[in-house]
Amino acid sequence: MSYTEKDLKEDLDNKSYEFGFVTDIESEKAPVGLNEDIVRLISSKKNEPEWLLNYRLKAFEVWQTMKEPNWSHVEYEKPDFQNISYYAAPKKKKELKSLDEVDPELLKTMDKLGISIEEQKKLSGVAVDFVMDSVSVATSFKEKLGELGIIFCSFSEAVQNHPDLIQKYMGTVIPYTDNYYAALNSAVFSDGSFCYIPKGVRCPMELSTYFRINESGTGQFERTLLIADESSYVSYLEGCTAPQRDENQLHAAVVELISLDQAEIKYSTVQNWYPGDKKGVGGVYNFVTKRGICGYRSKISWTQVETGSAVTWKYPSCILKGDYSVGEFYSVAVTNNFQQADTGTKMIHVGKNTKSTIISKGISAGKSQNSYRGLVKIGKGAINARNFSQCDSLLMTDRCGAHTFPYIECENPSATVEHEATTSKIGEEQLFYCMQRGISEEKAISLIVNGYAKEVLNKLPMEFAVEAQKLLEISLEGSVG
Amino acid sequence: MKEVLIEIKDLECEIGDQKILKGLNLKVNKGEIHAIMGPNGSGKSTLSSLLAGNDNYKITNGSISFEGEDITDLSPEERSWKGVFLAFQYPIEIPGVSNINFLRTALNEKNKFFGKDPIPAKDFLKMVSEKSALVGLDNKLKNRSVNEGFSGGEKKRNEIFQMAMLNPKLSILDETDSGLDIDALKIVAGGVNKLKSNENATIVITHYQRLLDYIVPDFVHVLHDGKIVKTGDKNLALELEKKGYDWLKINSLN
Repeated sequence: MSYTEKDLKEDLDNKSYEFGFVTDIESEKAPVGLNEDIVRLISSKKNEPEWLLNYRLKAFEVWQTMKEPNWSHVEYEKPDFQNISYYAAPKKKKELKSLDEVDPELLKTMDKLGISIEEQKKLSGVAVDFVMDSVSVATSFKEKLGELGIIFCSFSEAVQNHPDLIQKYMGTVIPYTDNYYAALNSAVFSDGSFCYIPKGVRCPMELSTYFRINESGTGQFERTLLIADESSYVSYLEGCTAPQRDENQLHAAVVELISLDQAEIKYSTVQNWYPGDKKGVGGVYNFVTKRGICGYRSKISWTQVETGSAVTWKYPSCILKGDYSVGEFYSVAVTNNFQQADTGTKMIHVGKNTKSTIISKGISAGKSQNSYRGLVKIGKGAINARNFSQCDSLLMTDRCGAHTFPYIECENPSATVEHEATTSKIGEEQLFYCMQRGISEEKAISLIVNGYAKEVLNKLPMEFAVEAQKLLEISLEGSVG
Repeated sequence: MKEVLIEIKDLECEIGDQKILKGLNLKVNKGEIHAIMGPNGSGKSTLSSLLAGNDNYKITNGSISFEGEDITDLSPEERSWKGVFLAFQYPIEIPGVSNINFLRTALNEKNKFFGKDPIPAKDFLKMVSEKSALVGLDNKLKNRSVNEGFSGGEKKRNEIFQMAMLNPKLSILDETDSGLDIDALKIVAGGVNKLKSNENATIVITHYQRLLDYIVPDFVHVLHDGKIVKTGDKNLALELEKKGYDWLKINSLN
């Protein structure tokens, strides 16, 4: 045999992170450390109104009184918050009007990511707001969206141009008192995305933001605020890859969704932060707070494919406040080597006849730990609320772990809550069957895993689904044992 | 002169500490059908698994050559591309993967190996409808997940459908008759017979003579204790049906 399985394993073990590269762009960085002056510096750098500075300062005050939580099923070295630089902006020589003016280095980066904006524009009809470190440097489709009254821009821009909307909605779903990392984010958030869909408008294209952590040692604190006004619809894509790093990088984002009466938000994420090497060194800490609130007959649907990060800790949630509102959570979380993930959702039923669906597919490989943690809460007034949860785990080796922690709190007897869970191990027999038919082991794993995750992948927009499938393939290479 | 398709020489193998095949010899020419019969535990399924490249077994001696090439150390997928097909005794379920997608992936991997382009969707679908007609596979099953929720008969039919799609040179049917009622057996056997040509060969592994009424073998071999202890024509199968295996076991001890 010319190429043995052993060779293959070695090859894969030595294979470095596919998207691990660093863009060489000059950055303007804040001094390392965190104190009130840094918070003020960030705010003034961004030319923020006073109310926002005060918001940051209050958040910082609260954060200082909080303790880092440790209830999740993950272990990691606590970040040294005084050893992080809280602000980095690519040095801009001038305002960018067209792609020709974008730094060629940056364009190269985008090429490597396979998301050349030109191509995106032509082929997929996706408007890309590319966040490089903390400041958006390229935005497309803005004009076309503008005609419909849709606002899609960086958070900083929105602060300047639409302060009323920001002031009205920011922190209404996730107040800065919510949790440790949300408080930190509220104090030092650098930039992010803002989106507003006016009443009755159906956003004609998928809105997409690519996040990147680029500057070494820069914690990234993104903030996303998405407002779908009454009877509007938007599908929003968030995807990311990150360069290879030795030290741990902290990523603590806050995403707030507001779905007003009869509106619908579909929020899809493909997350591929650097997971650390095969010995568990390095990798991104992904501690994200994501939550949405639904008005009358409105709907929020979270779909996520999580393959990256050394430690993932996130629970995209829905507050089903309006009667007849609907919350959905579809998730595929892959962990390999020493990755740890504690992820799931919270469905808070407040309104009558509210409905939620949770489909979670965990895939554990290597020596990783993969946990589903979910809360279904039916409030007193949530008459006839319904929930269905399905949590499946797939084990690729006998050294990894899969855990399920479903919490159900029901205060209304008319509610229906269903929970199903399965655990299975990828079978040697399945692999042999595929291989006998001429499908190589790698391809077979990808086929089996994609089949397993199909219910979730089907929920992703087309171009994302392809990318997600590829990611699953890359993430699980050589992982059966 | 007949062309040799596969030749197994002095094959010995073990799993754990247990020796299973103990010097097996078999030569199959193109255009032939060989039946391998034998009591439980004689090594029949091990042989089929081994021919397909299952590395759970450790080969301690001997060799397998296919069209003159030593394939003893080849991976299962390479053997598949070169034309070895195993119809499983217990076909495996693959949830979420449609039968069609599975086969298309398989065919394209094979094409890739031979440096050919992927099969165009139109040609593929045409092939699917032709080949599924051969075994009367229900249309709905083509789009269902591989073997998931199939009845025993449907699974076996699906194996022969896959065989027709992949057009192998050597087909190994591992107890394809087990769990089949007589009607299903006829359909499956009919499919196998239609696929027979002077360019390919079939190894039928079975406990019972019944299947051999429909797939008529040129040779019948009796496998016992890891070796072929007797070879004859189709009448040997009838004799075994009447007399059982015990008389051969005693013979082989002598």
